[in-house]
Parts: sequence; C-alpha cells; structure tokens
Amino acid sequence: MRRPHRSGQAVAAIAAVALLAAACGSSGSGGSSSSKLTASAPGITASTITIGSHQPLTGVAAPGYDEIAPSSNAYFQYVNAHGGIYGRKIIYKYLNDQYDPTITSTVVHQLVLQDNVYAIFNGLGTPTHLAVVKYLNASKVPDVFVASGCECWDSPSTYPDTFGWQLDYVREGKILGKYIEEHFAGKKIGYFYQDDEFGQDGVKGLNYEIPKSQVVAAESYNPAVTNIAPQVTALKAAGAQVVVSFSVPAFTALLRLNSLKLSFAPQLVVSDVGSDPITLAGLLESFAKQGGATVSGNALTQGIITDGYLPSLGDTSNSWIKLITMIHSKYLSKYPMDGNVAYGIAAGYTFVQAMLKAGRNPTRQDLINAINGGLPQGIAVAPYAYSSGDHNGITGAYMAVIKNGALSPIGPVQVTDTSPTGAITTYSKAQPPAPASGIPSP
Amino acid sequence: MTLLRHLAIAIIVALVLAGVSIQLGGYRDYQMAEVAAYVTAVAGLTLLLGLSGQISVGNGAFMAVGSYGGALLMLHLNWPLEFVFLAATVIAAAGGAVFGIAAARLRGPYLAGATLMLAVALPTLADQYAGVFGGDQGLSTSITTPAFLGATFPPTRWLAWVTCACALITLVLLANLGRSRIGRSWRAVRDDEVAAALSGLNVARLQILAFVVSAACAGLGGVLLAVVTGIVAPGAYTLTLSIGLLTAAVVGGLGSLLGAVWGSLVLVLVPTYLTNVAASHGLSGAASSSVPIAAYGVVLIVVMLAFPAGIQGGLRRLFGPAAPAAAVPFNALRRRRPATEHEEEGLHEKTT
Repeated sequence: MRRPHRSGQAVAAIAAVALLAAACGSSGSGGSSSSKLTASAPGITASTITIGSHQPLTGVAAPGYDEIAPSSNAYFQYVNAHGGIYGRKIIYKYLNDQYDPTITSTVVHQLVLQDNVYAIFNGLGTPTHLAVVKYLNASKVPDVFVASGCECWDSPSTYPDTFGWQLDYVREGKILGKYIEEHFAGKKIGYFYQDDEFGQDGVKGLNYEIPKSQVVAAESYNPAVTNIAPQVTALKAAGAQVVVSFSVPAFTALLRLNSLKLSFAPQLVVSDVGSDPITLAGLLESFAKQGGATVSGNALTQGIITDGYLPSLGDTSNSWIKLITMIHSKYLSKYPMDGNVAYGIAAGYTFVQAMLKAGRNPTRQDLINAINGGLPQGIAVAPYAYSSGDHNGITGAYMAVIKNGALSPIGPVQVTDTSPTGAITTYSKAQPPAPASGIPSP
Repeated sequence: MTLLRHLAIAIIVALVLAGVSIQLGGYRDYQMAEVAAYVTAVAGLTLLLGLSGQISVGNGAFMAVGSYGGALLMLHLNWPLEFVFLAATVIAAAGGAVFGIAAARLRGPYLAGATLMLAVALPTLADQYAGVFGGDQGLSTSITTPAFLGATFPPTRWLAWVTCACALITLVLLANLGRSRIGRSWRAVRDDEVAAALSGLNVARLQILAFVVSAACAGLGGVLLAVVTGIVAPGAYTLTLSIGLLTAAVVGGLGSLLGAVWGSLVLVLVPTYLTNVAASHGLSGAASSSVPIAAYGVVLIVVMLAFPAGIQGGLRRLFGPAAPAAAVPFNALRRRRPATEHEEEGLHEKTT
C-alpha cells in the first residue's frame, strides 16, 4: 500500500520542480534550482551581487542619515552569512555624496561605469537623487527603493527602472491631515514645512484633508537658514493651536526650541522623517547646549504626534523588532538603536525580497519585472504599492505619540493612495510575522 | 606664428585625447570630461593670479553664473549646445565685468574678501528664486549624444570630446592672449602698478579685462561641468568649489596653463582615488568618509613643500633646462615688488 503512495509523492515533487523551472524560465532568467550560477548581468558573478548607493556620510544631512547605509549593509552581511541570495553574496558599495547633487552625479557614474554595479539601491535624498534618475533610466540600471518620499519616483512611464520605497509624503500628509481633522476639529492649524518637494508634497497631502478655513498660517523654511524665529513668531501671532511640521530632524528641534523661547506651546504634529525620538532628543540637547541652556531631550519630545510606517521600536515583543535588535546587536553596536537603523535594515530586507523573486540568474530587467509583479509585505506595517503602473513603496502608517523617547501607537494602520479624493482606510490585516531565519523566503 | 604653433599643438593633443578616450572605459571618459571642465575654469583663474596679479576666491560663483545661464537657455529656449556654451561664456564675462569694476579698486586681502563674498552669497540666490533656478534640486542639464555617432556610441565619450574640445580652444586662446600685448601689459601691471601707469598703461582697464577673461573661462567651465554632471544645483557652487579652483591653480603652478591641467587632474582624481583606497582597506563609516578629505590635505601640503612653484614649476626644475625654475610669484597679496628676471615667464618657457 505504501509504494504507490511514495511514488505519488515523487511524481508530485518532480512535477513541482518542473513547474518551478517553467516559472523561472518564463521570467526570462532560466534555470532550475540545480542550474549553475552564471554572470547573468552586469554586477552579478557566480558568487557575488554588487550594488551601489550614494549616501550623505559627511555634511549637513549626515547626522542620523549616515547610519542608514551601514544598517542596510549589516542586514546584507547577515544574509551573506546565512547562505546569501541563491548562494551569492551581496557586496554593497555606498559612496559619500555629501548631499551635493553634483557629487551624486560623479559617484553614481563611478558606480555604474567603473564598479559595474547591478543596481543602485536606496540612493538617499530628493535633490541628490533627482540628479541621477534620468541617467540611471537611460542606462537601464535598476534604481530601486530610493530613500526619499518624493512623489517623483512613481513615474513608471518616464522612469521605468526607478522605484520609491518609504511612505511618500503625499500619503503621509493625508494620513496626518485626517487625524488632525478628526481630533482637532475647529482648532487653528499652522503649517511649518521645508520649502522643496518634501515639504510641498506633504502640504499637498495635508490640504486634501484639512479644511482650508482652519489653516491660519503656512510658514516655510530653507534648510540653509537656521534662524527660524520669524516663522515661529508668525505661527504664534496667527494663534495656531496645532502646528504640523514637515521638517528634517534638525529643524523639528529648532521649531521646538524656538517655540519654547517664545512660550508658544501648540500641539506639534511632525512627519515621520523629522520625528525619530532618539535623533531629536540628541539634537535638542546639543542645540540647547550651543545656546548655553540645558534641556532634557526626552521631556521636549514628549507628546509630539507623528506617524510610523515601521513597527515601533518600543514594541519589543514584535518579531520584526526582535530581528532588527538582533542585527543591531550583532553588527551595529556602535550606533544607537534608532529609527535610522530600523530604516536601513527594512530597506535591505525589501531588496533581498526583490532579488529572491528575480530568480537564480537574473538580468537587470528581471529585477524590474519582479518588483513590478508586486512584493509581499515586509518589515513595514502596510503593504507595498508596487505594480507595473505604480512605483510607490509603502502605502500606509499608524498614528503615534512620542512617550519617553519612543513611538507609542495611538491608532490602527491606515492606508491610502496619492489622489486628492482617495479614501483613507484602516488596514485590518495583521502583519505577517518575521520569518524565523530572518531572511524572506523566495 | 605663435597662433599657428599653438593651433598645431592643440590639434595634435586633440587627436591624442580622442585616441585615449576610445581606449579608456566609460568612467575614465567621464573623469576626463570633468577634468576638462575644471581645466577651462582653472586656466582663466591662473591667468588672473599669475599674470595680472589679482586674486579671486569667487570664481566658483562665475561658474554658477555660466552654468545657470546655460541651463536656462537649454531648458527654455532649446538652444543648440555650441550657442549655449558661447552664451554662458558671455553671460559670465558680463558678470565678471561688473564685478571687475569694483575689483579694480581693491587690493590684496580686500579683493580676496570681496570675491569671497561673491562665492558665499551668489549660490543662495538659487534658493531665493526657486521658481526660476529650481531651488536645492536645481535644473537638469543632461545632453544626448548626436544621432550621427550612432546609437551605441558611449555617451561619456561624447562628453569627453565636447569638453576637451572646449578646453583646448580655451587654452589656445589664453596662450595667445598671454603672449600678446595684453599679456605683457598684465605682467607690467602685476610687477609694478605705478611703473605700468607711468608707461601709459590703463591699469584699471587691464585689471577689469583680466577679471572678465577669468570670469568668462569660469562661465564656460561651469556650463561644461553642468553638461557633464547633468545637473546645475546650488550645492555644487559653494565656497569649497572656489577654494578648489584656487588650490588647483596654486598646486599646478601659478600662471602656467599646463599647470592648470595638472592642478585640475589633482582636483578631480586625488579625492576619488583616496576614497577608493580608503574603501578597499576596509575603513568603515565616519573614518572612510573623513580619511580622503584629510589625506587630500596632506597631499596638498606635500606638493607645496616639494614643489613650491607648483607641479609645473617642479617639472621644469626636474626636466627643464638648467635655468632656475620659472616661478610666478603669488604676489596678489604682496604687490609692488619688482620682478626678478626669471619671474618674467608666465605662459611660456624662455630658452636661455
């Protein structure tokens, strides 16, 4: 009785392998699980995958953001130590562009032409990455998971090889706006935002949700000018009871300190980009010290409302946070365990997901096709938007309040789109837990 | 005759460069294009410093003027490349003329201070008028390879050809200018303003002219760099760039056009090389990003200690005729000092 059963299993297994092989073949890469690893694309050898990135390792944008690439690299080292991607090790070469678009152009040319990278991964910054997005698409180099929430990366017809990753600023503005509309009805609202695509996209999202009549002031800042006293004075004069800030961490800290000086105490609502509690507390303390005062960073961040698209670092029972903590303690102990570390690891995880889906011997186009086909949800609390017509990444976030230096969620995960009328809905599906191995399954 | 000789040399060099660019890979071509863009800007500055004896810490700002001017013409009026280059040169020259009128009244550190102000203040205009200049993210200036070269022609080789051609034309013009009456007058003004004025030279006019020439070169260099990198953004035109140009002129050898080439090579290649060395030795994080900057400083100090007259001066001392090295003094800050015989060289070597 047993024999036919066994042979049945064998037949099923053979059929499954055959199907798998056919599936791989149809994606253009070819090869079953036993096929040899080949140098299937620039930057890919039988044993390695070389990818590159441009990152601000020195200069104005470096504080905090300089932890992101080493954190992604730490995750890649972890993957390499546990079998790599179909046996290949990831080599991640990130070069310092000092947040200067001209240097970005130079280092990306070097990565593509000299170091022959397979893809550019997680290039950081809106102005910097805009300098190379055309070049990368003209050269057909996959430009994946840009570290910027600009809407500009979602343009599949113009930039077929470019994909965003983090929650884009329009979606974020809508989610923050809806919360404000619901919880601060009738209150006077003031905007404080960076005067570029980042702040403007955010304000666009806010305006989709918050009634115009409630907005009493909209003040912008230029990241090169650190004196924001005029803007804060204007917000106070307009009587804003709630101030929504689309700012980088340094300017969130300046906003907080300037308000303190003017005894102006509105409810602060800050974009995720500028609200990492640990980075903020450090900046608040060092800025206050420069001005000859002593403040407690954690006391000043207490009560700031923000949103998060990665699980809260305070949620130590979450399987994803356990994974991040493990990678951090193993490879990144010299950095604080903060939002930037989580960001870098989460982006690295998405890249590994995409590479595994692209197949054993992927061409560059196979990676693009893999992402266009959609990726399963990763470390982020909401699914990705990826499809052939949508190159946005994470689609939603939860609202949170900063308590004792950590994000404390105050609502469910909400997802939305980038259109003016698109509904904001609660995402009720539970997030799949982290794989036990810490590595996504192919 | 001089013109013909310079033209002949330029044509030979152009053929060699074209051959070299075909041999080199894509990234080397890109670097070649970058070097050529810097050579154009540094050549003008070295002329200003070495020949007319004025200092400018603000030539990065003139590069910005040229590149933004060129970018706006490209974007809004779709001008062909050669006209864009010409216009950028003219626009920057006009800026140089306006500033030169003020500069001709200033001496030494005051002139340095005024030009410094220009370098610091001008790029912020891009943020102030973000509607026109695109703010922090700047304007896109990428060009396409012309159709007659075929679809498979490497884009960076085309960039290298375009920029090297412009740089060579600039060098030929400057070499001739340096050996012309104007060049001789500049040297006279540099060495002794009073004597020059007594000899009937219009000192102020000559100084303004030197400023115009150096600004024009900076403008052309700026638009070339914009075309190479594909973007014009204020981040590129900070004080660091102006200081970098000055460094290249001094390290290469003041007043020497060949020195401008050496200086630009140092400016472009040394930081990249050091970054790669630091990365390949496994330096991580803050160390690997700071080491190249520190090492670059060390390289500059060593070059200046070994070759006080710059690389070109050093080469002349090592390989040139037995005559003393031709060092053009950095006398923008120490004026009214009569020139000694061997200082009277500048752009060409005197065979004694």
